[in-house]
Amino acid sequence: MYEIIEGFVEAIRLIVTLDPDVIAISARSVIISLTATVLATLLAIPLGATIYFGTFRGRKGLINLIQTLYALPTVVVGLLIFLLISRVGPFGFLRLLFTPTAMVIAQTVLILPIMTGLTISALSGVDPVLRDTLRSLGATRLQFLVNIMKEARFAILAAVAIGFGRAISEVGAAILVGGNIMASSFASSTRVLTTAISLETSMGNIPESIALGIVLLMIALGVNLAITTVQHR
Amino acid sequence: MIELEDVSKRFDDKAVLAGVTGRIERGEIFAVIGPSGAGKSTLLRLVDLLDTPTEGAIRIDGTDVHADKGQSLSIRRMMGMVFQKPAVFNSTVAENIAVGLRFRGADERAIREKVEDALEIVGLAGYGERRARTLSGGEMQRVALARAMVIEPEILLMDEPTANLDPVSVEKIEELVFCINRDLGTTILFSTHDMYQGQRLAHRIGVLMNGVFAQVGTPREVFTLPASRDVARFVGIENVIEGVVVAGEDGTVTVDAGGVRVRAKSPFPRGERVSLCIRSEDIRIAPAIRARRVFDGNILPGTVTSVVPRGPFSRVTVDCGLPLSSVLSWKAVEDLDIREGGRVEVSFAAESVHAVRAAQD
Repeated sequence: MYEIIEGFVEAIRLIVTLDPDVIAISARSVIISLTATVLATLLAIPLGATIYFGTFRGRKGLINLIQTLYALPTVVVGLLIFLLISRVGPFGFLRLLFTPTAMVIAQTVLILPIMTGLTISALSGVDPVLRDTLRSLGATRLQFLVNIMKEARFAILAAVAIGFGRAISEVGAAILVGGNIMASSFASSTRVLTTAISLETSMGNIPESIALGIVLLMIALGVNLAITTVQHR
Repeated sequence: MIELEDVSKRFDDKAVLAGVTGRIERGEIFAVIGPSGAGKSTLLRLVDLLDTPTEGAIRIDGTDVHADKGQSLSIRRMMGMVFQKPAVFNSTVAENIAVGLRFRGADERAIREKVEDALEIVGLAGYGERRARTLSGGEMQRVALARAMVIEPEILLMDEPTANLDPVSVEKIEELVFCINRDLGTTILFSTHDMYQGQRLAHRIGVLMNGVFAQVGTPREVFTLPASRDVARFVGIENVIEGVVVAGEDGTVTVDAGGVRVRAKSPFPRGERVSLCIRSEDIRIAPAIRARRVFDGNILPGTVTSVVPRGPFSRVTVDCGLPLSSVLSWKAVEDLDIREGGRVEVSFAAESVHAVRAAQD
């Protein structure tokens, strides 16, 4: 019990004194996951809209598949990307394994299904009367799409936030394709909050783990607060 | 202006419209009335090109609106529609009203002016910057009306625009509909299940029943001369009696209704099976002794079976061999000492009896 309390005190000290390691790891986490979220957003919104407004065979099945992939295990994504970019894999020549880029790719793949699915839900959530209203007001196909998206903007924003949350909190893929490397340069290191917590805990450095855990929680809290503020404006 | 030719619509196996035929003239207010589920919304949606008819054609100024998909947008832009459920976009009131104008590429100054004018007209001046979602249902529906109005449509379609609204909002919307038609000459096609609203607003009424127009006519025609037993029931005629014409001359016939003889103005020949429609308001009830014998109509003795309060009136039902209902003021019920089980005489003129051919079944 005493150890835990001591750990907390030390964790607070690390955060308050802006410990360089903690700052670097946190910053790297945010940069990698934010990049993955931006990429996934750029893919998920058009993809979600295409599936939602589309009238093709197997549409229902595709939506079901996407929803199933919400629960995609992070280690499975990690393994998949590992196999693709490892030395002997088809994309091995790109030499991406154990780089931040590999982590961005893995996280993008990981959150793409949930963000696409939630985009579809967001669009389905738009009142059908508003859809009819747009058409009756003489919207062209494009004007119709733009306005439906506008109407669903808060729900789509929530999808983005959930995607970011899943990306920054996952550890399986990050450790498999990132390798938890602490190199001399910031850009070539792949140690992020989750992998660092995992390592520090196994090494018995409880205060560091707790400090990183608190930072992780605060980031999640910050994202949530930002979203709620926007939605209530 | 709008011609409906044998318009049918099926959803899967369910026929909602089964050959609607009719005309709506330029500049008129036309009400489609009918019970819930009669296909009123479907008909309006077909006119607004939100759905495609299974069979038949809808022509606006002679053009079959569903014939050429390439024309859909320009045809739809002639029309504005207000839906039953008040729905607004998640933006300001002014932005809501401006949507249709933006679609048409209007410039900002014109938009601002038109939106201001529209807000004024619908009684929401000063509401422009409010979040539309925070308005009441009645206010939202006025925004919806303003939104459809600013695009200056030639035809305004309204699908039960006042269903579920409070009486004050209903009155306000009815007033707006009347003004839009009078001042702008907009052709208005609206649906309602409130037959009195149809009567208040419409120049002509189409009664939609079982997927077809059971009757089209002025409110007066529909309310006093219903074309069928079902229409009579729907427009609130409480006394509908089945019978057979047994004698008749000079347009006045005697109908045998289960042993009771009723005189009616009717052109039907002897032997014709008819339904007799008598409005409660046209039926007099008096204590047995006081009925006037000089009256050339129907005088039927009977026993009061029920006296039920209805607003400031009472609905009195009398068994004269067939049940007949009338509406009396509370005072009349007291003065005439009408009570359940009492003997009374029921009288009504032959002119008050509207005979229609009985339903074939």
